[in-house]
Amino acid sequence: MRGSVRLASGGEIDRSRPLRFTFDGRPMTGYAGDTVASALLASGVSIVGRSFKYHRPRGIFSAGIEEPNALLDLRLAERHDPICRATVERLADGMALCSVHASGTAASDRLAIIDRFARFIPAAFYYKSFMWPSWRLYEDRIRAMAGIGMLDPRARRGLAAEHHRAVDLCVVGGGPAGLAAALAGMGTGKSVLIADMDQRLGGSLLARDGEVAGMPGRDWAGDAAVRLRRGGALVLTQTMAFGLYDHNALGLVERTDTGERLWRVRAREIVLATGAIERPMLFANNDRPGVMLAGAVLSYLRRHGVRAGERVVIATANDSTHELSVALRAAGAEVLVVDARKSDFVTKVVGKDRVEGVRLADGTGLDADLVAVSGGFSPALHLYAHAKGVVAWSRQKGAFVPRDKLDGLSVAGAANGAFDLAAALAEGWGAAGGETGAAPRTSEPDRAWSAAPVVDPEHLRGRVWVDLQNDVTTKDIVLAHRESFSAIEHLKRYTTLGMATDQGKTSNVNGLAVLASLAGREMGEAGVTTFRPPYAPVSFVTIAAMHRGELSHPVRRLPVEPEHRAERAHFREYGGILRPAWYGAEEGAIARECLAARSRAIVFDGSPLGKIEIVGPDAAKLIDFIFYTRMSTLANGRLRYGLMLTEGGAIFDDGVVLRLAEDRFIVSCSSSHVPAVAAHLEAWRQDIFDRRRVFIHDTTASWATITIGGPGSMAVVRSLELGSSIDDADLPHMGFAEGRFGGRPVRIARVSFIGERSYEISVPASLGGALWAAARSAGAEPMGVEALSVLRLEKGFIIVGADTDGETMPHDIGFAGPRDKRRDAYVGDRSLFTEDAMRVDRRQLVGLRALDRRVLPPGAHAIVSSGRERRSIGFVTSSAMSPALGYPVALGLVENGRMRMGEVLDLEDYGAKRTGGSRHQAEVVAPCFLDGQGARLHA
Amino acid sequence: MQRFPCPHCGPRDEIEFHYAADAGKTRPGRQSSPEDWARYRFMRKNTKGTARELWQHAGGCGQWICIERDTVSHAVIGSEALGS
Repeated sequence: MRGSVRLASGGEIDRSRPLRFTFDGRPMTGYAGDTVASALLASGVSIVGRSFKYHRPRGIFSAGIEEPNALLDLRLAERHDPICRATVERLADGMALCSVHASGTAASDRLAIIDRFARFIPAAFYYKSFMWPSWRLYEDRIRAMAGIGMLDPRARRGLAAEHHRAVDLCVVGGGPAGLAAALAGMGTGKSVLIADMDQRLGGSLLARDGEVAGMPGRDWAGDAAVRLRRGGALVLTQTMAFGLYDHNALGLVERTDTGERLWRVRAREIVLATGAIERPMLFANNDRPGVMLAGAVLSYLRRHGVRAGERVVIATANDSTHELSVALRAAGAEVLVVDARKSDFVTKVVGKDRVEGVRLADGTGLDADLVAVSGGFSPALHLYAHAKGVVAWSRQKGAFVPRDKLDGLSVAGAANGAFDLAAALAEGWGAAGGETGAAPRTSEPDRAWSAAPVVDPEHLRGRVWVDLQNDVTTKDIVLAHRESFSAIEHLKRYTTLGMATDQGKTSNVNGLAVLASLAGREMGEAGVTTFRPPYAPVSFVTIAAMHRGELSHPVRRLPVEPEHRAERAHFREYGGILRPAWYGAEEGAIARECLAARSRAIVFDGSPLGKIEIVGPDAAKLIDFIFYTRMSTLANGRLRYGLMLTEGGAIFDDGVVLRLAEDRFIVSCSSSHVPAVAAHLEAWRQDIFDRRRVFIHDTTASWATITIGGPGSMAVVRSLELGSSIDDADLPHMGFAEGRFGGRPVRIARVSFIGERSYEISVPASLGGALWAAARSAGAEPMGVEALSVLRLEKGFIIVGADTDGETMPHDIGFAGPRDKRRDAYVGDRSLFTEDAMRVDRRQLVGLRALDRRVLPPGAHAIVSSGRERRSIGFVTSSAMSPALGYPVALGLVENGRMRMGEVLDLEDYGAKRTGGSRHQAEVVAPCFLDGQGARLHA
Repeated sequence: MQRFPCPHCGPRDEIEFHYAADAGKTRPGRQSSPEDWARYRFMRKNTKGTARELWQHAGGCGQWICIERDTVSHAVIGSEALGS
């Protein structure tokens, strides 16, 4: 705007503290206390961006969160914000700002020519024009032109802080109503939190006239803020309440100098004093830079000492603009007021890149460089709507206002349609339980604020913008109505009205008014669109707060980790636990460790293996119900392998159960499945057992389990001197012994997952390192998880979830016994006898032996063809090269697999992206490749 | 986020609880018809209005509790310990 200047005095800014910044590369200066928008206005910048669709020049339109135009790319040191709202961003020294959505700079956008083709690209044009022969042909180019702002993949933001707070009263909005509410709440002894988006409390009092309690409103607000802080209230400025959730939970985001801070607040009572948003007026070219909301013009003038224009036309439909015209004249501007209530209308803005003049309804033309508009006020009821509040149109107030009072939630002040200062103060005071008649007083007279949107088709000639950010004009609404998209939710999606990042804060009500006038309906009859959180965009990083990376999914670690590191273990995450995959150099490591286990002795860290204790007189009853395999017949001091099922009959987990005593069992479930198994046990315990007679206790983390296995393992264990006989007579396979190590109890279980003689030795976690070191000194070689999974595959031992899926039942993997014999109840029992469970073509566990030396890809499908039809009859579940056997081995689930022994299957692997892939042939064999008799367990 | 009153721990945020099942279901025996078993396994009331549900206070005491609440307004009517 030609006449946009900084005044010599006045405002909240500190003229002794200049701040340097750049806009589209041009160096500029503002002052401490400026927003980015006020500094740009003071620097005479009129075009700050280009419109979304037509690439029309756009200027600063508002002075708040409702801003549809001034979205800028901001860089400041490490910080990068691709769509910062200039109107709420506090200016800082060194900011580099760029316009977005312009090809080049905002002032000279190479795509500006698009506007000339506007008549060919109406609402929903791409559904109509770009469908032949295929939308895909056009999609990339259209997408490249759409969107606002560009993320910088290199930009990184640190962890955002997150606070939780529970209060008696949370007041959203620090204007007169909010301040009165907070003061009233504090006065009645409540804990109070008050939040406002602005840099200071006061709301409209910061820019408008108004006396409260005998002082200027601005001073009263400052005084109230001090009283609140002194009284112990939590006062948050630059803080937006972005969402209101169930049971009075609020999400707040506070902007700090270093970033953003998330507040999760739970309040007994909430007072929404969120104010109202001024509405634009509808006339042709009302999107030109230089058309601004009247309240914003007043705010920049009073708060930042910026007079946004020299020759000003005020287009208004209410009394709120009186003080603006007085203030502008006092600041040396020429002012003409065009009042719609007197049938004075602006019909058109003249000027190409900025306002140069206006045309009035009577045909008069006027020179102007600023048009300040006030088409009424829309209460900001977004949070009320989040709480499922319903709004109703008030003809008297010219606004949507809350229809119902919600539990624990009040709406006060302008947000409730109480636009006058006295009413706002009284409502806020009353909403928080203030004593009747004791509300802060004002001498401010009531005014006529109400103004229904002025929609006169006669004055809607030319291109009249309704939604500035998404470039929706009245013509688009006319088109949608003509094509029967006149339900409000349809209109919104057809035209994209209100769907931009400003969510239609300045456009929704005008859009409804245009639709109502086209349909010949009253305002409010057409309904309103639904507001959902967030009130304004909040970055994901802020919402994620501390819940990122390891803080979100902390990896669990082994008690023996330092010893593994000293052995040059290569770590990987297995089921959320960081475990050694192998030791030393990668080349040949897995084969080396496998061969050590088959010929000498290995030591393996099995600490994550489940150790869930089931204790009490009813322990045997519970475990029989939970396990598919009967466990109550187990003798004390003995171990048994078993399966657990889901109620659907699928295998839930497997593991070895140890019976320590008549009333005490320990369940060793899969390492990565311990919490789920514990929860499963606990659920059934509480559901159908006597909770005083059986208890579940997960002791997994209390013990380190060091497994020593291989033909040489007995000698290693003997040398550990655990104080208990380990002779096979005393400690046979699936036997158990207790001893001592380092003066503490130790449990020794003869159980094997590798098919060799094997000892699982559990010691209190703190002794794990010492036991590991002792086993190493005795000659056992370290073995990682990868070797273990090869060894168990050679034996055909399954890993639940890898070799089984959500449909695999026990009889599918060769465990039909309990299904046939048990008559008592156990989890999943009935599901094993459904039609589906009894099908003869169920997928069964088999071994697969490749016909050549290539390892079968896990996931490869066995394909059968009959005629043209090709069908998968199963797939590879685990696969590896066996170092002991010298050929590849694999397990798979194949339809009716046990009847296919000796059959050769054609396998196809499609690769990660269905490109390339490979074909294989494999023979169906029994799912055990080594030592079928189990002789090695005793060797 | 809803706030549930745990009968053992007091009011806690919804995030600490796991939904488990409709309250009042009984587990049919081995001899039950396929229809009864399917009803038990798969059918949910999906009540609009006042519902009685089992939740586990997984992030707290670990106890299963019965919560009565309105699935439309999310108003919590009450809660009780299992078997009480």
